[in-house]
Amino acid sequence: MSDMIRYQRCTPCRHVWYFVRSFCPKCGAREPQALEASGSGVVHAVTIVERAPTPDMKALAPYTLVMVDADEGFRLMAHGTPGLAIGDRVSGSVIELAGRPIPFFKRA
Amino acid sequence: MSWITGVGLLPFGRHEGKNTIDLMSEAAALALDDAGLKRGDIDGVLTGYATTMPHIMLATVFCEHFGLSPAYAHGLQVGGATGFAMAMLAHELVAAGRLKHVLVVAGENRLSAPGGRDKVVETLAQVGHPVHEVPLGPTIPAYYGLVANRYMHEHGVSEADLAELAVLMRTNAATHPGAQFREPITVADVLASKPIARPLKLLDCCATADGAAAFVVSRERTGEAAVRIIGAGQAHTHQHISEAPSLTEFGARLSMDRAIAASGRRLATTGADYLAIYDSFTITLAILLEELGLAPRGQSCRMAREGYFSRTGTKPLNTHGGLMSYGHCGVAGALAHLVETQLQMTGRAGNRQVADAGLAFLHGDGGVMSSHVSLIMERQA
Ligand SMILES: [Zn+2]
Repeated sequence: MSDMIRYQRCTPCRHVWYFVRSFCPKCGAREPQALEASGSGVVHAVTIVERAPTPDMKALAPYTLVMVDADEGFRLMAHGTPGLAIGDRVSGSVIELAGRPIPFFKRA
Repeated sequence: MSWITGVGLLPFGRHEGKNTIDLMSEAAALALDDAGLKRGDIDGVLTGYATTMPHIMLATVFCEHFGLSPAYAHGLQVGGATGFAMAMLAHELVAAGRLKHVLVVAGENRLSAPGGRDKVVETLAQVGHPVHEVPLGPTIPAYYGLVANRYMHEHGVSEADLAELAVLMRTNAATHPGAQFREPITVADVLASKPIARPLKLLDCCATADGAAAFVVSRERTGEAAVRIIGAGQAHTHQHISEAPSLTEFGARLSMDRAIAASGRRLATTGADYLAIYDSFTITLAILLEELGLAPRGQSCRMAREGYFSRTGTKPLNTHGGLMSYGHCGVAGALAHLVETQLQMTGRAGNRQVADAGLAFLHGDGGVMSSHVSLIMERQA
């Protein structure tokens, strides 16, 4: 299973964002566009989680979490391949991890 | 204006068999005694929250148990910023003439409660976004690990640099009998400690504890203590780190500027005699010190290594050992910073006493550098 990463865009003010809302958080306009991202972006920050919060995630630890600046102009938190570093060009999609949909990036 | 007329602080660590209300009661009794006040004198009560005792009316539950029937009482929640936010609200209520004596109290059996540290880690991770963050399996240290990674990259800070702040907090805690961790540590110890969310390791993180703290904010002095809150401010820029405007610039400066403006004075943090700065992680303390203008960007750790923030240095900081070594039991964690500040300003810090604490700047943050609260305290002649 692999799906596109989604984001939203405001028609009047062109603001783009990641956390799903039914309105634009900048100008308040309703019915923002729901769009599919290319999946391309740049790594902004990385951490390697060694101590996981829950039993199901402990099975996966250690795992790499990244903040990625998507080319479309929004930022998101995601899983990534080990070894990713700030500045890396990456490509990502939504995969299934621990039984749930998770955005995942690897080096482009 | 308002006066901090009494303070109370329990040792942090393990208080086996005691719950949140028990611990809050002990700290409240100490604060009332210190202020020379009786239960009937208290007309306002502010509490925070307790992860081990979620309740929609914590302040009322506490008042009933402790034996108070105030004219004003409620809980307040802004994560790690809750302690200073309560102090700010108490100050504002007193300064506005609404109340005479506000008891601010918090406590929690966070370490010894069923589930212990595992439960704490899982509960606190919920600070993340329920759809876009929490399912990824982050922890609070992971959110801060992301911040640390970016901050270190932009400002040339190393893991060994950050370790200096953990060492300083431990050095301070070694002189306080109530601190949870008092064994001296070195930079090498911090670097060799168990990785939690790289680049953060166990000794970069605050220590989960049981404990409680309380203080009384009054319209008039009740005794010798002559310490006032002269300004308070806040700033809230985001909740989730995914939506933070930046991973390297946060709301601390804005919050402190508002506190300074509220004082009506031409103050600068560089004029501080004493500092009480939230230290949930080494990276938190580094960023806050630098944002508040107490060190140039990327230089706070070097300055700590050189003794600038030591008890006998230019700007003594968290002389009780902070969240990292005195311990962290939730809302009372930051209250301990304020209690220590009042003790320093009233010359009652014993073997930890700094040379002269006439003017203190306090700052706390909640979430992931999300909510900021700043306080300025001054000793009167
Ligand atoms: Zn808009």
